[in-house]
Amino acid sequence: MDFAAAIMITVITATTPLLIAALGELVVEKSGVLNLGIEGMMATGAACGFAAAILTGSTFVGVAAAIMAGMALSAVFAFLVLGLAANQVASGLALTIGGIGLSGLIGAGFVGTTRQPVPRFEFPDLSAVDLLKDVPYIVEIAGVLQFVFGQDPFVYVSLVLAGGIFWFLGRSRAGLLLKAIGENQVSAHSLGLKVVWTRFLAILFGGACAGLAGAYLSLVYTPFWSPGMTAGRGWIALALVVFASWRPLRLLFGAYFFGAATVLQLHAQAASLGIPAQLLSAFPYIATIIALVIMSVGRTSIGAPASLGTPFVPDR
Amino acid sequence: MRHLIKLAGAAALAIGLSTSGFAAEKLKVAFVYVGPVGDFGYSYQHNEGRLAVEKALGDKVETTFLESVPEPDSDRAIEQLVRAGNKLIFTTSFGYMEPTLKVAAKYPNVFFEHATGYKRSANVATYSAKFHEGRYVQGVIAGKLTKANVIGYVASFPIPEVVSGINAFMLGAQSVNKDIKVKIVWANTWFDPGKEADAAKALLDQGADIITQHTDSPAPLQQAEARGKLAFGQASDMIRFAPKTTLTSIVDNWNDYYIARVKAVLDGKWKSEDTWGGFDANLVNMAPYTNMPADVAKMAADTEAAIKSGKLHPFTCPVMGQDGKEIECKGKGVLDDGQILSMNFYIKGIDDKLPQ
Repeated sequence: MDFAAAIMITVITATTPLLIAALGELVVEKSGVLNLGIEGMMATGAACGFAAAILTGSTFVGVAAAIMAGMALSAVFAFLVLGLAANQVASGLALTIGGIGLSGLIGAGFVGTTRQPVPRFEFPDLSAVDLLKDVPYIVEIAGVLQFVFGQDPFVYVSLVLAGGIFWFLGRSRAGLLLKAIGENQVSAHSLGLKVVWTRFLAILFGGACAGLAGAYLSLVYTPFWSPGMTAGRGWIALALVVFASWRPLRLLFGAYFFGAATVLQLHAQAASLGIPAQLLSAFPYIATIIALVIMSVGRTSIGAPASLGTPFVPDR
Repeated sequence: MRHLIKLAGAAALAIGLSTSGFAAEKLKVAFVYVGPVGDFGYSYQHNEGRLAVEKALGDKVETTFLESVPEPDSDRAIEQLVRAGNKLIFTTSFGYMEPTLKVAAKYPNVFFEHATGYKRSANVATYSAKFHEGRYVQGVIAGKLTKANVIGYVASFPIPEVVSGINAFMLGAQSVNKDIKVKIVWANTWFDPGKEADAAKALLDQGADIITQHTDSPAPLQQAEARGKLAFGQASDMIRFAPKTTLTSIVDNWNDYYIARVKAVLDGKWKSEDTWGGFDANLVNMAPYTNMPADVAKMAADTEAAIKSGKLHPFTCPVMGQDGKEIECKGKGVLDDGQILSMNFYIKGIDDKLPQ
């Protein structure tokens, strides 16, 4: 149990930043906008979050700063692709390059600074309580409770986000309108829906999620800041959205699948099981391609919003 | 990034034009790093060397650097540096070997220095440090301190430098502890804090009680500290990241070398050669021995001194291969430099298969 729980905790920490960033991007893409700037927003979020947490000594302020930083960068992106109807791919790539550069500038003064990681919740140890100590399997029950309730706060936020987005996109009126805008922006516009405004909010939400994911890296996962610490996680988050064929619950599953694959390959190596490490490192990308192939063979549409990536200029 | 270089190049050119009437042009020296300068590890130490050059020869040279340059793509970055007017270019990672040679062949009047590689040409010199000497000392410490007899090794890529490091570590450990085992995880990256942390966690979960690493971020150290275990730092003194865990760090010291090579160009005495030094040449230092009993610290210091004076060689024959057969001894009672620089086998006692 201990060993399995230890592996699962590692999987959860590896998965959470991917999940949070990918959920944000899912909403953005569902509204019909492709934002390739996740990596840049995550990097800036990580830098701002760490800097603010060091300066104020408060994790909460750090997280808030990371979210604000992600939103600020995404607002620039929104201005380009919504305000000026610029090419989304080019703007997104520019956002990544700019964001990584900006993170280096912001974080330069904090290289080599450390702080304690965000604490996990400590669930009271029931097996130590007198009244309960004779209950059968109490140690195991306490272990399970500690596992279920003893993660860092971000993990629960990511799960609530996944559930919330599932409900929002599938059940809420606002979510259905957002999807309609992503599917057919012209029709949505002629029906009187606020295409640009909705997309602006979706992009801001995506930026907030990417910033939060960045804060997770620099405040929880590895509590220090260093340039380049996102190490391609923004791109994996993008691949995840495609892998999940734009569905929130599949995204939740896919994120844990990717996370488990990366962690289990490290365990496989430590146990010298003889599986080639290079192949396993490439696994998330290979899995995405395979998923795309399967989806394309199965039906005509792979689930991408029909207006994805198309600039929208409202007729006036 | 490349646009930035272009801009920097244009700006430098403009400055060069405007000042050339007054003074002799400064020698332009460039550095290419595989990781970010702020990794507090390998690239950080190279950049410390660059700063040392600026400090020592600042009135005669002008330095620039590119960080986080991906290895496969590096020839374009190196060529940009040439076009920006740099006359001496240090490419500081093994994977820059072929790209450096490719660009160097096109520009015979520019001098190149490639770190940790083995191929030279008329205008490409190579330099490296005997990191394995430091790893031998680490092995001695780990062999003395481990209670589980299991060491976790976070490795980057299966290249000779890393493989010889693993072997030297084990030889050092075996010299004081016959039963020691090592578990090796290849992260397939030089720098990815999250993945390095996960690798360290996997090793700790599987019973390792001391972590050592050949990747560049302090994340594995932090994981060891969080679990109350011990670990070694990499490339720079990383004790600030894990004050209760860090035993010592292998510190790369490029400062003297970089100053000497830049001076050689200034004096017109540069030539293509290979430099490979360790403790003796002051290219590798050990950070203070901490978090260990005094007798172990003394033993480590003695081992370091013995290697420095040449009394002890990490690869003293007989060295046994994994199959138990003796490795051919090409040096005088030791493996020769060529054998260490091209090492592609594990020694006896490592129960793992080397990825090819």
